Amino acid sequence: MSAALLALRGLSKRFGGLQAIRDLSFDMAPGEVLGLIGPNGAGKTTAFNLISGFLVPDEGDVVFDDRSLVGLKPHAVCQVGLARTFQIVRPFPRLSVLDNVKIGALGRRPAMAAAREHARAVIARVGLESKMHAAAGALTLPERKRLELARALATEPRLLLLDEVMAGLNPTEIVAILGLIEGINRSGVSILLIEHNMRAVMSLSHRIVVISFGEKIAEGPPAAVANHPKVVEAYLGDAYVHAPQA
Amino acid sequence: MRVACALALAALLVLPLFLSSYAVTLFIFIFFYAYLGQAWNIVGGYAGQLSAGHAAFVGVGAYASAMLSMHAGLTPWIGMFIGGALSACLGVVIGYLGFRFGLRGFYFVLLTVAFAEICRIVALNTEATGGAQGLYIMFTGNPRQFQFQDNRVYYYVALGLMLGATGIAAWIERHRFGAYLSAIRDDEAAAEALGVDTFRYKMLAMTISSFLTGVGGTFYAFYLFSLQPNAVFGIPLSVEIIIRPIVGGAGTLLGPILGSFILSPLAEVSRAYFQAGGWSGAHLIMYGGLLIAVVLFLPQGAYPFIARHLRLGQR
Amino acid sequence: MDPTLVVQGLLNGFLFGGVYSLMAVGLTLIFGVMRVVNFAHGDMMVWGMYLAWLASTRLGVDPYLGFLGCAAALFALGFATQRVLVNRIIDAPHEMQILLMLGVALVLENAALVAFGPDPVRVRSPLTAVTVWLGPIFVDVARLVTFGVAIVLTLALYLFLTKTDLGRSMRAAADNSYGALVIGTDVRRVYAVAFGIGAACVGAAGALVSPILPFSPSGGLTASVAAFNIVIIGGMGSLVGAFVGGLLVSVAESLGAVFLAPSLKELVSFSLLVLILLLRPAGLFGKSAA
Repeated sequence: MSAALLALRGLSKRFGGLQAIRDLSFDMAPGEVLGLIGPNGAGKTTAFNLISGFLVPDEGDVVFDDRSLVGLKPHAVCQVGLARTFQIVRPFPRLSVLDNVKIGALGRRPAMAAAREHARAVIARVGLESKMHAAAGALTLPERKRLELARALATEPRLLLLDEVMAGLNPTEIVAILGLIEGINRSGVSILLIEHNMRAVMSLSHRIVVISFGEKIAEGPPAAVANHPKVVEAYLGDAYVHAPQA
Repeated sequence: MRVACALALAALLVLPLFLSSYAVTLFIFIFFYAYLGQAWNIVGGYAGQLSAGHAAFVGVGAYASAMLSMHAGLTPWIGMFIGGALSACLGVVIGYLGFRFGLRGFYFVLLTVAFAEICRIVALNTEATGGAQGLYIMFTGNPRQFQFQDNRVYYYVALGLMLGATGIAAWIERHRFGAYLSAIRDDEAAAEALGVDTFRYKMLAMTISSFLTGVGGTFYAFYLFSLQPNAVFGIPLSVEIIIRPIVGGAGTLLGPILGSFILSPLAEVSRAYFQAGGWSGAHLIMYGGLLIAVVLFLPQGAYPFIARHLRLGQR
Repeated sequence: MDPTLVVQGLLNGFLFGGVYSLMAVGLTLIFGVMRVVNFAHGDMMVWGMYLAWLASTRLGVDPYLGFLGCAAALFALGFATQRVLVNRIIDAPHEMQILLMLGVALVLENAALVAFGPDPVRVRSPLTAVTVWLGPIFVDVARLVTFGVAIVLTLALYLFLTKTDLGRSMRAAADNSYGALVIGTDVRRVYAVAFGIGAACVGAAGALVSPILPFSPSGGLTASVAAFNIVIIGGMGSLVGAFVGGLLVSVAESLGAVFLAPSLKELVSFSLLVLILLLRPAGLFGKSAA
């Protein structure tokens, strides 16, 4: 039995002529924060979709706690303990913030009153208390990001998949949400995050996996990955791999 | 709010003592279409799955209980549940095909319309259902055959149906089922990601909705005593069903009731007025115009608008 | 099975297909540019038919000339519909747009019912009586002319979309409305023109059909379903698909009429719609739908 919380084994996915993901494998330990980075179009969100059940892989396996997730519908994946956010946030626009988060909470607390209580707690935790009864459609972008996070958190996951949760936020907001994510991790939730903000990813992650054109090109602690020649090449082009020091 | 409802209910209960037979008939009309609208509301309003073919369920329920009564002597009090069950089966088929094959929005609307029309054409061309002539139920006034001499009994039956359906909708609203439906209505993929088995809940909503509508078919049959395929499966009836909750407020508890109280008298008046001049169908123009007006100016319907302005109830 | 009957059916179906194609092209244009499903499409066609009938009976104008007037009138209707109604809810949830067009369909169909009554009428044209014989097969000159005009109109539309500035703006707006806005396109006006053209297509189609078939207000739904069938098969938003689909469906229906009883025709049409809905998603040529 492996100790990994999440294991991707040889995952592959093709769309028509495009091989979006090729033979992707990596492990995640419980309690870890794993950063998934790579240039635009590398396949990171596709990987998320494959893990969370929105897409079915052509080959390979996704194992969560020694249990294969392949073939499970997204709601079943969530019920097993794996929650995700969306790159472009998807609040329930007509529902209030409280009702939005309540939907997440109802998964493990079917009684409305208990779900509401838990939702309130989660909302307080992410700092959206002042907007508890506001319609989700009326929130600003940083607030929507927090809402997206709160909803996923309310499902009481063991693994949280965050898809570019910092995109579109200004530096102050980023610092705030970084703190939030750290807190969530400290409370025992493992986190797999896609991010473009390098500084944030490097400071937050225990380990990093780099994908380019659907393939893993590097894996390891942040410092090791940052200087990895293949990573530099993928992001900046091979002219920079052996660039003269300025 | 609760006080207002209780008072209204009390008023409705004693009203027949003071009303003329015509007025009683009007109220029956109001209650019955509010009932059908509430039944539709469960899948069309709360779950947001627009069906424009709900007449199919009325027709199946109506023909089933009518034929069971006429050929097997089965009392419609039982026949209504069989009719409802058959309608639910049809609902399951339509729902399964629609939801399994990922039909959303207008594709789903088209599917429901197609099924209703197929039912209509089949009924038109089948001898067993009386073909184009349809079925005529003999008036016996026997309560055991779901027939009543006194119009006022129909009034209370229709009122009971309306309250029953509203009670079911209220239960749904207050429990997880209802919360999940509103999430599905707003964003299905997001709901899935949060652990909601969207297929299951949509199917449940469709089943309940079609069952209740089918039960309504029995009332239709044994109140009007005649069933014709074009009337009971046709698009005009589907429009009658959906327009009240949409105008009153889809996805709200009182929407279908409010909508029916507004529209049924209007429809009656316009039908009486225009029919005299040979302009039948004019009330459907009014419905079309109302649909347009609601979409443009009051997309959530009359009830939320009124509630906001009278600042009624917080949830 | 008599082969001449089959060939006749094929020919009739093919010629009539021009009308189906025109109808479908209009619907798919509206969907392709605005992602609006025109539930009132069939009812607009019926109004095209009635306008042709009015022109023929009151003004003595032959529908094969009058179709231009019908197209113009329906253009105005379509333009107004988009401008006044649909443009207001362009950003609203999709259900709203469905309900809106349903409302328009109701108004149009029942206004026709009130104005013209429920009984079927037909338009007389000197061409309807003329047939040309090619051996054992006869060619209905009316159908031939209808086919010819439909082809010309479709070609004209194609040229408009590819060669003119407005047409290109339309395609741009269809592809990426935000981008089109950014480069200064009056997207709302483009939308209104698109709807107008779509309605004009179906108005012309109605006028062209009016001498061939009897019609009544209740034909609106049937026409709409036929149009949906074609457009979904051919691919929502694809002009080529709509055109080819129109010919295909018309031939299939015509052959079907050779082999099946007429009362089943509607049943086949709706059953076909169900099948297509389940088996589509992108049709033969189409882009992905809303």
